[in-house]
Formats: sequence, structure tokens, C-alpha cells
Amino acid sequence: MSSHDAKAMRPGAIDPPMPLAHHFDTPGQQAGSAKFGMWVFLATEILMFSGLFLAYFVVRMLYPEMVLSSHELLDKTMGGVNTVVLLTSSFTMAMAVRAAQLGDQKGVVRNIILTILFAFVFMGVKYVEYTGKFAHGIFPGKYFDYVAAGEYAREHGHVLAGKPHIFFGLYFVMTGLHGVHVLAGIGVLTWVLLRARKGEFGPRYYAPVENVGLYWHIVDLVWIFLFPLLYLVR
Amino acid sequence: MANDKEKSKSEGEPTESKVDTSRPREPSFYEAQKGWKSWAFTLDHKRLGVMYLLSTMIFFFIAGMSAILFRTELLTPQGDFLPWLNQQLAGMMGQPISIEEAAAQSGTTYNKLFTVHGAVMVFLVIIPSVPGALGNFLLPLMLGAKDVAFPRLNLASFWIYSLGAIFFLYTLFMGGLDTGWTFYTPYSTNTGTAVISATAGAFILGFSSILTGINFMVTIHKMRAPGMTWYRMPLFVWAIYATAVIQVLATPVLAITLLLLMVERTLGIGIFDPAMGGDPVLFQHFFWFYSHPAVYIMILPGFGIESELIAVHSRKHIFGYKAIALSSVAIAIISFVVWGHHMFVSGQSELAGIVFSFLTFAVAVPTAIKVFSWVATLYKGSIAFNTPMLYGLMFLFTFTIGGLTGVFLGTLSVDVHLHDTYFVVAHFHYVMMGGTIIAFIGGIHHWWPKMFGKMYHEGSAKIGALLVFVGFNTTFFNQFVMGGQGMPRRYYTYVPQFQEQHVLSTIGAYILAVGLLWTATYLLYSLRKSNDAPVADNPWGGASLEWQTQSPPIEHNFHDTPRVTTGPYNFPQIDRTGEVDGH
Ligand SMILES: [Cu+2]
Repeated sequence: MSSHDAKAMRPGAIDPPMPLAHHFDTPGQQAGSAKFGMWVFLATEILMFSGLFLAYFVVRMLYPEMVLSSHELLDKTMGGVNTVVLLTSSFTMAMAVRAAQLGDQKGVVRNIILTILFAFVFMGVKYVEYTGKFAHGIFPGKYFDYVAAGEYAREHGHVLAGKPHIFFGLYFVMTGLHGVHVLAGIGVLTWVLLRARKGEFGPRYYAPVENVGLYWHIVDLVWIFLFPLLYLVR
Repeated sequence: MANDKEKSKSEGEPTESKVDTSRPREPSFYEAQKGWKSWAFTLDHKRLGVMYLLSTMIFFFIAGMSAILFRTELLTPQGDFLPWLNQQLAGMMGQPISIEEAAAQSGTTYNKLFTVHGAVMVFLVIIPSVPGALGNFLLPLMLGAKDVAFPRLNLASFWIYSLGAIFFLYTLFMGGLDTGWTFYTPYSTNTGTAVISATAGAFILGFSSILTGINFMVTIHKMRAPGMTWYRMPLFVWAIYATAVIQVLATPVLAITLLLLMVERTLGIGIFDPAMGGDPVLFQHFFWFYSHPAVYIMILPGFGIESELIAVHSRKHIFGYKAIALSSVAIAIISFVVWGHHMFVSGQSELAGIVFSFLTFAVAVPTAIKVFSWVATLYKGSIAFNTPMLYGLMFLFTFTIGGLTGVFLGTLSVDVHLHDTYFVVAHFHYVMMGGTIIAFIGGIHHWWPKMFGKMYHEGSAKIGALLVFVGFNTTFFNQFVMGGQGMPRRYYTYVPQFQEQHVLSTIGAYILAVGLLWTATYLLYSLRKSNDAPVADNPWGGASLEWQTQSPPIEHNFHDTPRVTTGPYNFPQIDRTGEVDGH
């Protein structure tokens, strides 16, 4: 990734040097450490979510009809829209990294802003979904209103089987934890945006953009699994 | 270069080697900066190591005192001491109660005391002790680096640890926790005690553990000095590496488990609570998927210290360097597939029980490789019977007992009899206290002159080691027998037949407490200003890099980045030791 030859750089491109912390000997060592640390951190994120996925599969194994009937109450359209939104944001994030590698400061700023906007759209759709559920008594766990939710299901031609409070408990925990990660993503994206506006990134130094990008792709990846597991049960 | 410097040392008794005068002494990292801010916001791994040492010792004291309280209660078969204590406390608070009322509360008090002891020891003492204190201080020094890869993250990790500790203290003052350190559902979702703040504390401590693990992994991969190949790293570093891998891979599962437990308790989503349609055994699977590897997070650093103690103080190249190094990694890998041995009587399938039992035996292989390698290192070494070595030998003795009794518990049929008895308590303490804590104390003595530039009084230290050894074995050895005879663990009262053995255990606990307090006292006393006897940079004649710099080290560890040309156990004297008996 370090071979960005000068001819790839457009006129007006910037190329600030990498600030080297005192305890590193070379920029390569510093950049390598940051990247390796990020990958290990992402492994911990995946392991954490895999615990939730395991819980999901156990519940699905114990109560297959319940999971099947409960999932009908989730809005496939909104889930689908959010999937497209997040995938697009992953693309703009990758474009931001590319722009940083080329020294295209405007491109970095523009693409990060787009990514943040998509993140907000995602959270907006989530908000609409959550409030819609709450309005029909669909709360997690012991707050689940069987009467209201059952009526809501009947209106849409479904019958709730078994113990749907478990499914929706898991639904809120899984999407909630994912939502917290999206919010954290908005935070770190804003931090990178502020630094990008000061022109801190270029072909020699783009590790923060790249690492935030990696994080964002993982957030996206988790959703790619959450969506079919929760919304598209068969 | 490391070797040249070593050769210039006098050939006599290694403990008498002279202070290095070839270069004017520079201010140590303590003197380089002053004031409380130089500690609270420090990015220096050495200062963070000292801060971890102090905090883990404070919590070690709290956990130890709660053990002394419940061991005192166990002097008699019926409840006496805790009812009396509860009555006195209530009287002091201005709400006097009758002894009957006090007695009625005391079973819960007993549960809270052993929970405090277990949870604080595991989450606040043993897990952070060796990596946090010695690992932080030594890792960059041993690798020839100026600091860990992410100093800021290291500082954050310490403050996150402190925040988790505050949650634990809050739990204590808010009436405590009575679930045991294992938080088993459905009891933990229903009990009236402070489960949420305790699990939140453990969750936060998990973050600290993960960040430390990531930091150490990256440091070992990226910060090694020129010439420091993987097989030239001290075995302590290998052990810390294997530990970091487990911290990183297992702790996220604990995080999600505790999160689900908190959600279960507050929202009742019903995945663990059978009354809500959940599966309590699922919680046990989740919990032990972390907590079995966690016992290796606790013991592997102890193995690392043991390798250093044995090699340096018998002046001999460690036997089976690669075998010890790679067996740490093997233990780390196997540790992820044995968790079911905690659940032989939980109702998991018999087939699972058999498979887990078999896999558990597999852990014994790399562990035995280590023990045999240490013993082989001692063979014909020139053993110095100083305090670090005494702890090293103590570790071999107690850990071997702990390890072998683990095989009893890993055997499916035997475990059905021994499960939830004092045998388990004794086994766990022989590996955790007799393993990790003994190694940790030995390591503190070994690196004390490096960390503080002061030497403790050797005679006092030997008395302390004797008290710890006698106290520890008196406390726990007969618990194996008691457990075999059927004394269940976690019981506030017991049948009179066991009284003599319980009294013996309690006396041992008192001796152990005296030994540990004695140790803390002479160590702290050695730090006094008037103790200004110069300490050699390399008092034991060690060959790894931390001994090649000043004691205490300068702020940036080394004057010039060291260049490594040889292994960490190539002591100059070793060539002759094999010829002692004409062999
Ligand atoms: Cu285990």
C-alpha cells in the first residue's frame, strides 16, 4: 500500500509527513503497529458478537416456530433499506481511504461526511423501527405486551407462537449493541473528519483513516449477518 | 553486546557483582519527573507497572482479610463468629439487634464474604497482577524497547481497571454480592444483592484486560530490538504473549456473557432464566468458555516467572527452551476446548462430558513438559538458595500438587464424587495461590532491586518464605482429605466430624496471613531513605536485557537501542557446570 508513485498524485495533492512517536524507531514500525493492533481489536469485536449469534442459534434451536412467527413482525423493507445504506457507506469509507492515499484532501473530507450521513440515516431508520415496535407493545423480555403484540400480529395475518419475548429480547440486544457500535463509529468518523480538514492525511500518513475504515467495515459486516438472521428467517 | 557486558562482570558469587561504574549514573525514571501528575498521566510503562503492583496488593489485602473472616467462622461447626460480628456491627451503627436476628443474617454474610474473596482475587488481583505489574514493567525492558506499542492505551487500561475496581468497592458497600464469583443463573438473576454493579465492574475490568492484551501482543510483534528473534525472547515474554492471546480471544465472550446477564436481570429477556423459557446451562457454557481460559490467563504468567527464577538462580541454560515456549502456546490453544469439565454434573450430554474429560487430560501434556524442563534445569545447576529461588522451588512443589489433583477432577467419574467439595477448593488454591501468587511473590523478590533500586533484608525474606510455605500447605492440604470425605464447599455450618480439619485450615490461614503481612512489611521497609546501599544493575547475573540497564532503569530504558546477539539464558558460567562430577 506504500507504493503510491508520484504520478498517481494529482496536482494540488497534499503529502504531510507521519508524526513519529518517541518510542518507535521507524514510521513503518509505527504504522504496522497501529494496523496490527486494529486487526486484533476487530477480532475481539467479532468474538463478542459471535457470543450473541450463538445465543441466537440456541434460542432458534429451542423454539423454531416461535422465532419463525415472531420475525414476521419485523419490517423487511426497513431492514433492507438499512442494509443498502450501510453497504453504500462502506463504499464511501473505502473511497475516503483511497483519497487519503492519493493526497486528495477534498475527497477525504467529502467521503467521510457522506459516510457519517449514511450512518445517521441508518440510525434514523432504526429509530422509526424501534418506536414502531414499542407502539404495539413489542418490548424486550418481561416488558413484552402479549395482548397488544398478539393483536398487532393478527392485523397483519400472523399468529404469534410460543415465547416471542425471547426473540424480541435478543432482537433488541443484538441490534442495540450494533447500534451502539454505529454511534461509536459516528464519533470516531467525526474525529478523523476534523483531522482531515486540517490536512493531516496524505500518502505517507493515513493510518487513522484506514483504521477507522476497518472498524466501519466490521460494523457493516456484523449487520450483514444480523439482517438475514433476524429479518429473513425461513 | 549483552554478552560482552556480562563477561566483564566479576566471576565470583553473582550476588556480589559490583555496581557498573563504566558510565556516569543518570537519573532513574523515578527522578526524571516529579509530582502526582507524573504518575496519574504517565505514559511510562514502568510507572504503570508500579501502580498496578500497588493496586493489586491493596485488593489482595482486602480479599485476604475477607478470607480470614470466614475462616474464623469455620473454626466451629455452627455459626458463632459472624452472628457475633453482625451484632457488634449493628450495635456500632446504632441499631442493636438480638443474637438470633444476627444469626439469621449470617448465612448470607458468609456467602458475601466468600464471594468478595473469590471475585476480588480473580478479577482484581490475579488476572491483572503479573501482566499488569511485572508484565508492564519488564516487557519493553526484556525486548529492548523504549515502551509498549501504545503507551496511551496502556494508561487508559490502568484507569479503566481503576474504574472497574470502584464498581467492585461500590458493590461491597452497597450490601455486597452473594452469588460466588461465577454468577450462576438463575440465582444471579433473582438474588437481592448487588449483581448489576458487580457484573458491570467485571465487564469494565474485562475491557482493561483486552486492551492490555492487545497492547502486549502488538508490542511483542513489533517492538523487539534488532537481533531479538522470537527464540531469543525470555520465556517470561513467551508466557505473557500466550496470556495476551487468551485475554484477547476469551474476554470478549465474558463481556457478552455479563452483558446478557445484566439484560436478563433488568429486562428479563429469558435466555438464561428457566422460568422465562431460558436455559441456565447455556449461561454455564458461556461463563466457562471464558473462565476456563481465564485460569490460564492467571497461571501462564506464573509459568513465565518460574522459568526466569529457575534458570537465573541455578546459573544454567534453561532446559528445553523451545518446548517451554511453545507449550505455553499449546496450553493457550487447548484451553479453549475444555470448558465443559466444569459442568460434568450440570446435565450436559454424557458424550460431551467424555470428550471434555479427554481434552482436559490433554492440557496435562504441555504442563508436564514445563515442570520436567524446570526440574531438568535444576539438575547440576549451581543453585543459589536465595529468596527468589526458594519461591521458585516452592512453586514446583505446590503447583505440581495442584496440577496433579486437577487430573482427579478432570476424570469424569471421580469428579462426580469430588464436585463441589473442598477438594475443588484445595485444587484451585494449589494452582492459583500455590502457582500464580507464589510465582508472583518470587518474581517481586527477583525484580525488586531492578524495580526500586533497593535490596530487601535476605534473612527476613527467608523467614517470610517459610511462613508462607507452612501456612499455605497447612491451610489447604488437608482440604483435599476433607473434600474426599464429603465436606461440601461454600457451607456456613458443617457436621462436627470435620471440626479438627477446619481448625487446622484456619490456623494455617492465620500463619499464611502473618507470612504475607511480614513479607509486605520488610519489602516496604527496604524502600526507606536510609537504605542507601548501592544495588548492582545485575545482582543475580541474569543474561536477559532488563539486567543490562541501570537499576532502577532510566526513563527511556536504554541509552542506545540494544543489539541482541545471543539467547536470554547464556550465562557465562554455564559451560562448566556440566563437568562438576567429572561427567
Ligand atoms: Cu477449567
